[in-house]
Amino acid sequence: MATGPARTWRKPPFIASPWLRFALTVAVLGYLGWALATLPFDWGRISEGLPRAARIFGGGFPPSFERLELLATGFKESFQIALLATLLGVLLSIPFAVMAARNISPRPVYLVGRAVIIVSRSFHPVIVAILFVKAVGFGPLAGILTLTLYSIGFVGKLLAEEIEEIDWGQVEAMRSVGAGFLATLTYAVFPQILPRQIGLSMYQLDSNLRASAVVGIVGAGGIGSTLMNAFGRYDYDFAFAILLVIIAVILISEGVSGWVRKRVW
Amino acid sequence: MVTSKEPVASRVWVRYDSRERWTRLAVLLLVTAVLVWAARDVDIFWPWVWDAPAQIHSLGERMWPPDPSRLGEIVDAMIETVHIATLATFLTVFAALPVSYISAQNTTPNRACLWLGRFILVASRSVNTIIWALLFVAIFGPGVLAGILAIMCRSIGFVGKLMGEAIEEIDRRPVEAMEATGASRPKVILYAVVPQVMPAFFAVVILRWDINIRESTVLGLVGAGGIGVILQGAIDTFAWPTVATILCAIILLVVLGEAITGVLRRRVL
Repeated sequence: MATGPARTWRKPPFIASPWLRFALTVAVLGYLGWALATLPFDWGRISEGLPRAARIFGGGFPPSFERLELLATGFKESFQIALLATLLGVLLSIPFAVMAARNISPRPVYLVGRAVIIVSRSFHPVIVAILFVKAVGFGPLAGILTLTLYSIGFVGKLLAEEIEEIDWGQVEAMRSVGAGFLATLTYAVFPQILPRQIGLSMYQLDSNLRASAVVGIVGAGGIGSTLMNAFGRYDYDFAFAILLVIIAVILISEGVSGWVRKRVW
Repeated sequence: MVTSKEPVASRVWVRYDSRERWTRLAVLLLVTAVLVWAARDVDIFWPWVWDAPAQIHSLGERMWPPDPSRLGEIVDAMIETVHIATLATFLTVFAALPVSYISAQNTTPNRACLWLGRFILVASRSVNTIIWALLFVAIFGPGVLAGILAIMCRSIGFVGKLMGEAIEEIDRRPVEAMEATGASRPKVILYAVVPQVMPAFFAVVILRWDINIRESTVLGLVGAGGIGVILQGAIDTFAWPTVATILCAIILLVVLGEAITGVLRRRVL
């Protein structure tokens, strides 16, 4: 029988080594202190925030659907941007995916393909949109170009991974009968990745629709431009109406895209 | 038993029956029609389209070579960007975990909480970071606080949704064992739920931190702090070589962030 003071069970610590535990705590606290001390917070302006929030939300409710026509035009443009960008992006992503697949591309081509995909994935669509707005002017063209690039990055990456995982037997079979590179691609590689590509396109359409609401904020057309204008004019009731419709449209498009993807697979 | 009028030899294999074929044709036609409508109706000034490659090329030329003279400033702004992403992820954890707790079917206290939780998650996820930032800049003025809050509001939905799904997938037995010994609700959560979702938690938070770094690079474009402020300034003053430097710095940051999350994922999980 154990004697002496009653022993109680204690939860084993999450990190076993006490030194590491201590060091991590100090590191986290030190980082928080450093970050909070160096970040430029403008407390004077922030303290005005609550009355301002009250004014914005007060001005925003009830949301005004009076300018329904403007809302509809903005959304129509967003849809068109998303559709065209998805079409272009999905088509262009195929050659880049082939380039960026390790198993079917020669080494230098593979590196170029990977670099294109990494660069187009590193930039947030909004940054790309600003550059395109400066290059080709305001309007939906800049939005389409931006989202095309965005789609190439995303679809290209996933498709390249898909190509790297295909069943190699069919490629060997094609090669053994003397088929050229293009014939091998068409009959051995593409049939294996096509179902995936259709699912990805639907996903990308949904994702482009979301993004097209955002790129408009920097002038690339669509509902984002309408929203930005409403915000800029302190037209908060219209802005909130736009926000509500954006949320509704995104939910619907998520549902539709999910339903189609389930049907296709 | 197969009863067919024609002999077996003359039957031809077809991939789709006629109804499937017509459905496919109809879908194809519909998609083409919508695309044609979009291309014809969209408000594009076509001469600009043909001019676009030349314009993009000319912009690229104006950017080259990158100008490193404001490198110190850019590095400071980069550190600020990382701070925004990190602090926002840190705050998200505290806000998202209670939401994921009430929006998981097996731990939610009651139906009302379940729907409240789901509403918060959906609202947070459907509004983009930039739009959140726009709202918070209007409320709190331009600066890092608006950026941190914007990223936090967007991340709550992401982390909360994935954590809610992780909670729904836990093994019931430890929970039942704890309840059978008469443990209180907080103790059940602490000793039966938390240990089971710990790995998912770290995976989700690391993933979100990586995404947040990307997102925080654009916050400055609407005035919410970070590298975007300098980028917007450089674009507005047509300082294209500086813009090129900033873009290179952003690629570097994103690749670095991906490398760090890769290492963390391997070490922690």
